[in-house]
Amino acid sequence: MRRIGRDDAPQVTIEFEGEPLTARRGDSVAAALLAGNHRSFRTTPVSGAARGPFCMMGSCFDCLVEIDGAPNRQACMIEVREGMRVRRQRGAGDIGLGHSTGGGREDTP
Amino acid sequence: MKSRYDIAIVGAGPAGMAAAAAAAGHGASVLLLDEQSEAGGQIYRAVSRQNFKDRNILGSDYYEGLDLVSELASSGAEHVTGATVWQVSPEREIGVSKDGTARMVTAGQVILATGAQERPFPVPGWTLPGVMTAGGAQSVLKSSALAAPDAVFAGSGPLLYLVAYQYMKAGIPVRAILDTTPRANALRALPHLPAALRSIGALMKGRRWIASLRAAGIPFIKHIEDLKLTGTDCVTGVEYRRGKRWRKIDAAQVFLHQGVVPDVNLAMAAGCAHRWSAAQLCWHAETDAWGETDIPGIAIAGDGAAIGGALAAEYLGRIAAHGALHRCGCLGRAERDSLAAPFRRALAGEMRLRPFLDALFRPPRRLRIPQGDATIVCRCEEVPAALIRESVALGCLGPNQLKSFSRCGMGPCQGRFCGLTVSEMIAEARGVGVAEVGALRLRPPVKPLMLEELAALAVEPVSMPGKR
Ligand SMILES: Cc1cc2nc3c(=O)[nH]c(=O)nc-3n(C[C@H](O)[C@H](O)[C@H](O)COP(=O)(O)OP(=O)(O)OC[C@H]3O[C@@H](n4cnc5c(N)ncnc54)[C@H](O)[C@@H]3O)c2cc1C
Ligand code: FES
Repeated sequence: MRRIGRDDAPQVTIEFEGEPLTARRGDSVAAALLAGNHRSFRTTPVSGAARGPFCMMGSCFDCLVEIDGAPNRQACMIEVREGMRVRRQRGAGDIGLGHSTGGGREDTP
Repeated sequence: MKSRYDIAIVGAGPAGMAAAAAAAGHGASVLLLDEQSEAGGQIYRAVSRQNFKDRNILGSDYYEGLDLVSELASSGAEHVTGATVWQVSPEREIGVSKDGTARMVTAGQVILATGAQERPFPVPGWTLPGVMTAGGAQSVLKSSALAAPDAVFAGSGPLLYLVAYQYMKAGIPVRAILDTTPRANALRALPHLPAALRSIGALMKGRRWIASLRAAGIPFIKHIEDLKLTGTDCVTGVEYRRGKRWRKIDAAQVFLHQGVVPDVNLAMAAGCAHRWSAAQLCWHAETDAWGETDIPGIAIAGDGAAIGGALAAEYLGRIAAHGALHRCGCLGRAERDSLAAPFRRALAGEMRLRPFLDALFRPPRRLRIPQGDATIVCRCEEVPAALIRESVALGCLGPNQLKSFSRCGMGPCQGRFCGLTVSEMIAEARGVGVAEVGALRLRPPVKPLMLEELAALAVEPVSMPGKR
């Protein structure tokens, strides 16, 4: 994606997959990656398919990345910080979604 | 944040901002929680720090939001940003996470103003990177001034045309608009036209967007009956069918949209009753004239209850605030009624157009219910349509039973992008109504929670989430 206007906004440098990436203050991690023309953010746990952000409003959980070593972070909901280290999430992430209590469903039908 | 408030509101969009502003100043303590870093909700996202020099890009309707943001700021309500609410119990205990720490807050009255989300659009390839919702495209345009040149916009409904129009105003080339509004919808919408004509201004706005897009030479292809997004690691093209004929265009970015639906997760997990809306093809919360649900003290305002748009959301927020003020003893009955009366009138005017819009932009069945077997229904667990149909053939009666057949709806999005599809698919396969099939049953936490966040809770003298 391309930035239109507003290039006077303060810059923030983050790291994506070990490479420096310049973002703007106020960007979400997802916006910063999209601005750097990265469209694929993770691979799925089930088939290993590539995924990128879909809803950009915190609903779909397709933008999950690893931030400063913590997996399953919603890139579209987290703002960039100077020096933040972001990596693609591969599969369920190192410690997995099982680490969270986020099933949210009744256990019985 | 204190541990108790008279009124707590979840969501700082037009409904929540208006509710908080109206509720504060009557002697009640008011808390407004939102996971975004600033007030505005979806429509007014980032409005208070917007710095496009040309206001025509996002349009005057967007900047109207500034009034609400400043009304909120001077109202005395406590607005906590970056606060994700993962549970509201029937006893009005609110589980909220901020900066990696979870805590519980109790409220005498709760108003849920969690708004809408995009309707699922389960077509082949909708999970490919480079495919986003039109609302998502608009979200990065507003918050980061980012746009994708030469994108294809596909689907139906005012938000699709609005975002394409905003792109055009920003000078971003649009490859094409593939309109999936069924031809027959116009006829179905006709009976609602006389009422809609009384809101002629709003009606003409949409027509003007489309006319301008066409005048700018952007291909606007109507009556598309089928869509497929192609590519392996990223989207590279769109195939579309009109009549019998398939065509293809190249596209490195596709924006999909076929309407928005209420974000029901928090309300359903609280146990609030919902009913199927045949007109809007989604679940609506059962609410009274003050937005109160069947659970006393929990009200819902705005697009989170039923889709009415930003202005309706604002009026409903104010009406719900007066209801809550009355219930917590801050406002007498007569005063409540007279203060709310102007908003009821404004609301009635605002809702005149809605039945027409609902009928005109009703998404076609074949784009709500995947036709092909391989099309993914549950994005999180990658469950294809075939598996759902097979499960029904094996005796699965509803979305909750489906969990013994597949992991459909059990991923981190908690059914937000498959719940409606699954209920409609099972209803179709069983030959019964969607109401009979029901919705995916939800339970807190409605957003995934890290163990460390829960650990922080344990040291506080409050009940644990999930216990009723
Ligand atoms: C992506 C998108 C873009 C839209 N753009 C437009 C537009 O440009 N013009 C237009 O007329 N309509 C637009 N709409 C339609 C929109 O639904 C309404 O116009 C309006 O925003 C509804 O107002 P609301 O107050 O009901 O909800 P919203 O404005 O959606 O506000 C809901 C708020 O609740 C917060 N929230 C939700 N769940 C939680 C939780 N669990 N914890 C904490 N906070 C939470 C959200 O962060 C959000 O800020 C858009 C809808 C979507 C989904
Ligand atoms: S893009 Fe959907 S949750 Fe982040």
